[in-house]
Amino acid sequence: MTLNGWMQIALFAAVVAALVLPLGGYMTRVFNGERTLLAPVLGPVERLLYRLAAIDPAREQSWLAYTLAMLVFHVVGFVFLYALLRLQDVLPFNPADMAAMPEELSLNTAISFLTNTNWQNYGGESTMSYLSQMLGLTHQNFLSAATGIALALALIRGFSRSSAATVGNFWVDLTRCTLYVLLPLCVVFTVFLVAQGVPQTLGAYVEATTLEGASQTIAVGPAASQIAIKMLGTNGGGFFNANAAHPFENPTALSNFLQMVSIFAIGAALTNVFGRMVGDQRQGWTILAAMALLFVAGVWTTYWAEASGNDAFSALGLAGGNMEGKEVRFGIAASALFAVITTAASCGAVNAMHDSFTALGGMVPLINMQLGEIIVGGVGAGLYGMLLFVILAIFVAGLMVGRTPEYVGKKIEAREVKLAMLAILILPLLYLGWTAVAVVYPPALASIANAGPHGFSEVLYAYVSQTANNGSAFGGLTGNTPFYNLTGAVSMFIGRFWVIVPAMAIAGSLAAKRSLPVSAGTLPTTGFLFVGLVVGVILIVGGLTFFPALALGPIVEHLMMVEGTLF
Amino acid sequence: MLKELRPALVLAMALIFLTGLVYPLAMTGLATAAFPHQAQGSLVERDGKIVGSLLIGQEFVGDGYFHGRPSATMTADPADPTKSVSAPYNAAASAGSNLGPTNQALIDRVKEDVEKLKGENPAAVPPIDLVTTSGSGLDPHITPEAAFFQAARVAKARNLPETRVRQIVAENTEGRLLGLLGEPRVNVLVLNLALDRASAK
Repeated sequence: MTLNGWMQIALFAAVVAALVLPLGGYMTRVFNGERTLLAPVLGPVERLLYRLAAIDPAREQSWLAYTLAMLVFHVVGFVFLYALLRLQDVLPFNPADMAAMPEELSLNTAISFLTNTNWQNYGGESTMSYLSQMLGLTHQNFLSAATGIALALALIRGFSRSSAATVGNFWVDLTRCTLYVLLPLCVVFTVFLVAQGVPQTLGAYVEATTLEGASQTIAVGPAASQIAIKMLGTNGGGFFNANAAHPFENPTALSNFLQMVSIFAIGAALTNVFGRMVGDQRQGWTILAAMALLFVAGVWTTYWAEASGNDAFSALGLAGGNMEGKEVRFGIAASALFAVITTAASCGAVNAMHDSFTALGGMVPLINMQLGEIIVGGVGAGLYGMLLFVILAIFVAGLMVGRTPEYVGKKIEAREVKLAMLAILILPLLYLGWTAVAVVYPPALASIANAGPHGFSEVLYAYVSQTANNGSAFGGLTGNTPFYNLTGAVSMFIGRFWVIVPAMAIAGSLAAKRSLPVSAGTLPTTGFLFVGLVVGVILIVGGLTFFPALALGPIVEHLMMVEGTLF
Repeated sequence: MLKELRPALVLAMALIFLTGLVYPLAMTGLATAAFPHQAQGSLVERDGKIVGSLLIGQEFVGDGYFHGRPSATMTADPADPTKSVSAPYNAAASAGSNLGPTNQALIDRVKEDVEKLKGENPAAVPPIDLVTTSGSGLDPHITPEAAFFQAARVAKARNLPETRVRQIVAENTEGRLLGLLGEPRVNVLVLNLALDRASAK
């Protein structure tokens, strides 16, 4: 670890923290339906959309109607994307003559983008037509992100409203989020990325003759516009196979830095939106502090493990950390930092190959996802995931001190705790269950690229990543097989919606309750004590569920590496 | 539920049109107008022919050129399209090796490369980036140490004084942005182009 490395990490944290207030304030105004700076340009578009779709923006929905609207919307999106991938060979904007995507791969990819996962069983530049990238993937990047934010808002309204029957209007939240938050940020970010060197063209792949006379086909395409939303919306699906490690997708140290910032920007600011809407910004800062604590611990571990490097390399006299699968322009520090960010949020973009990380360096991304991506998390999804843990922490604290559990004025009762547990338990059930099946099913075992405990980690990572809707991978695993395509699609689908529906039910149940004034009997939910309580509950719940699986994978692999055993 | 069908259909189609076509096409137009060079892929021409992209690494094997990092990219086997064969710096199918830290194949490969490089320059320990594959397989850069490590070989093959070659490396070394972000590096294609120019003089 170097001083320069830590300074890069500190600068990153400072920039994200500085964006929380302005972005949080802006988003609060947008979602409260207030007029913003961009209203003169986007207001007419917004009103036109409502008129075309026969939406009355003033009519609010109950939690159930809100959830149903979201689900119907996703069915439409799924059918559209699936059809597009299946038909890409006969549609325009296909200069590289990509064939239609096979059925299972189309299913996996469509579910993957619908659920904000962006798992890459497809190969970007070697599978996708330009039209599929734009009309299929780019649009889903926007809408799955906007959906996540909309759902988080509904839950926030559950806390902030008193004796209310409704939690907002899904169509309005979706439209305003897309128009006023995501699109403007993406336009600016795209221009920046192109200036840094990310291609944005509809032209065909370039044929070059290298200095030594060999021919090189260089894949290009409308990449920048997709990468902007891929990062801001914590989607993470690469335009190119190598994702943000590809020099076209992430050409410079500066593009890398701002891509990292953009992964966290909206998610971190949403904690402030929460604080503002419940009328006490300290509540938001407390949640962010709990996230920050877990984040710093993760960064330290991964950076230390990668900088210490591979013992087998050191034995050959090599120094300089574990550079296998990393790019020179990013080096160890920015690669380790990126890996922790992308899995803390549900982004899943990678600027280095996680499969080639050291055992402990690769374990942190795994843990981040196993905790349910609540460290800032996916846009929206991270906040509602974290609030589920907060509900649990309040409940545990209430039991310990004998007070009625209350959070920001709402009584937390048996119904909320049961629903929260339902959402929290589905993740380990899915990823541990599928991993157990895959490691005894011969066709699934044939997909493993690395022998020994690392092979187990590959399978575990694949299911954790898909269930938690992350999308990064230990890429050695051959995921494009019927078994992994189908089980993965099931994991992504249930992993997304089995969390959303209970979270929305909690929103409805909380909204209907009366807001209680703070009294002497209320447990304070701001400050260090509460941060410690939340982090403690997260680690205990998380640790109990997935520690045994980690012991079989990365932990035993680390011990083997120290001993000098190879596979 | 039926009540939500019209908003779902119409809004989905309208937003798909807006975010999936209007936005990327408008951005393509804007990018082409404002940054044509970058938007096309930062292509490099020499004598009117495209020799590559500034951002994409390419394979160098001759002694007279600086070599980039090992690359793990593959291509379809011409004899059997269901199989893949090694094809370093295949810029149409980026990929890393995905070899895990305790994989025998990784350590064997690194050991072999270290032996080869030691034969070329017995005086120094090979820099780590010269024996590890990059994440994309297309890394255009090497560390300055990795360039200096190769200077003697290149100078000999080109019949140039080694000091002159080291000077060209130094001229083509990029530092950290503002002394802070990223890592010091040398773009191998740019360096080799500069080398060709120096040799031509």
